[in-house]
Amino acid sequence: MSLNKNSNLYTFGFAFSMVVIVGTLLAIASEGLKELQEKNEDDKKMINILGAINVNADRSNAKELFNKYVIDSKIISGNNPSAQAFSIDIQKEFRDKNLNITDRNYPLYECRKEGNTYFVIPVVGNGLWGPIWGFVALESNYRTVYGATFNHKAETPGLGAEINQSSYSNQYSGEFISDLAGQFQPIVVVKDGSGFGVNSKVDGITGGTITSKGVEEMTNRTLEVYVNYFNSL
Amino acid sequence: MDNKKEALFSKKNRKLLSDPLDGANPVSVQVLGICSALAITVQIEQAFVMSLSVLAVMIFGNIIVSALRDYIPSRIRIIVQLVIVAALVILVNELLKAFLPDVSEKLSVFVGLIISNCIIMGRLEAFALGNKIWPSFLDAIGNALGYAWILVAVSLIREVLGSGKIWGYEIFPDSLYELGYMNNNMMILPPMALITVALIIWVQRSRNTDLIEEN
Repeated sequence: MSLNKNSNLYTFGFAFSMVVIVGTLLAIASEGLKELQEKNEDDKKMINILGAINVNADRSNAKELFNKYVIDSKIISGNNPSAQAFSIDIQKEFRDKNLNITDRNYPLYECRKEGNTYFVIPVVGNGLWGPIWGFVALESNYRTVYGATFNHKAETPGLGAEINQSSYSNQYSGEFISDLAGQFQPIVVVKDGSGFGVNSKVDGITGGTITSKGVEEMTNRTLEVYVNYFNSL
Repeated sequence: MDNKKEALFSKKNRKLLSDPLDGANPVSVQVLGICSALAITVQIEQAFVMSLSVLAVMIFGNIIVSALRDYIPSRIRIIVQLVIVAALVILVNELLKAFLPDVSEKLSVFVGLIISNCIIMGRLEAFALGNKIWPSFLDAIGNALGYAWILVAVSLIREVLGSGKIWGYEIFPDSLYELGYMNNNMMILPPMALITVALIIWVQRSRNTDLIEEN
């Protein structure tokens, strides 16, 4: 071959075409698959909301069950109170440094299951490696936690990642988030194993302290906003 | 081109598959890919998913680099390899997100780890750049499996002793716990991954004394 493969020209040419080809390929893949990916994310969100009220859904029936159980949704405060609650990306708002904290939107889902009303509150915060989020369901008295689900983007498998297991999230059922006078009560994550069955305390995860603390921070920061809202009703 | 008529599974090619499983194991002998052996061996399931994804990326990476080996300018070959691996990983991740979202969720944390897995870069650089496509393909499978069995072995030990489970299922009866048996939380923490790998290396070298370095 007459081409000098050690020449600068060849090297630049190769690098340039490589970047163009790889870039185009990835852009096409990303654009082409976007719709499917977004649908999957929406399904996942519905599954998580339903999980907080102990309804087991999978991807095939998520939408159907969501429409059946979730009877209303609204935004209790924020800069966009008339938007669709489901379309609000609270993770994006949480990350947005330019957004004033008081401008963050707080969606609330009202669900009805077997004649009882539940309120599902989305929460979002920071774990050790990346974002964590979850949904906390309250009973109709606005203060007893009915159920909770948590999930994470990149916590350590077997350690912090365990927050998405029911063994962790089940601890939240039955906790009170406010006292009878409506005063907010934080739910503390403890390390000494004393949290089991005790109100306002849950056991953290061994080896997952920072993730556990992240869950504590996000639930308390968010739930306080909702408690204030419920008190104003 | 003297080996053009070489059989597909000649002795030499079979060695490409079998060597990395033992005598040239990427983890226990070459001590590559230790970072992920440490990070994701708390549970078998994750170790398994990680092994599968490394297998896929390694096969395609080796094939592509081997196919392009006469065209890659040697001065920027590392960057080219990196781009190929990174593009493959992102592509695989996008496809999983669209078609197998549940698998993609499990994998999310590993995607970065796959790109930085030294075994992949090591095989591209040391083997695929200088060999034809078929041997490179076999080399990829051999090394990925060599990596996989160590990962699964380590995670088996850690999950059984650390959580009392295999693939998430409890294996010890409750009566054992009532007798005073406790899961060893130490096994869940990262240092025990290194110690477990070291034990495997110890066993392997006592069996195969050729591997012991003289110093």
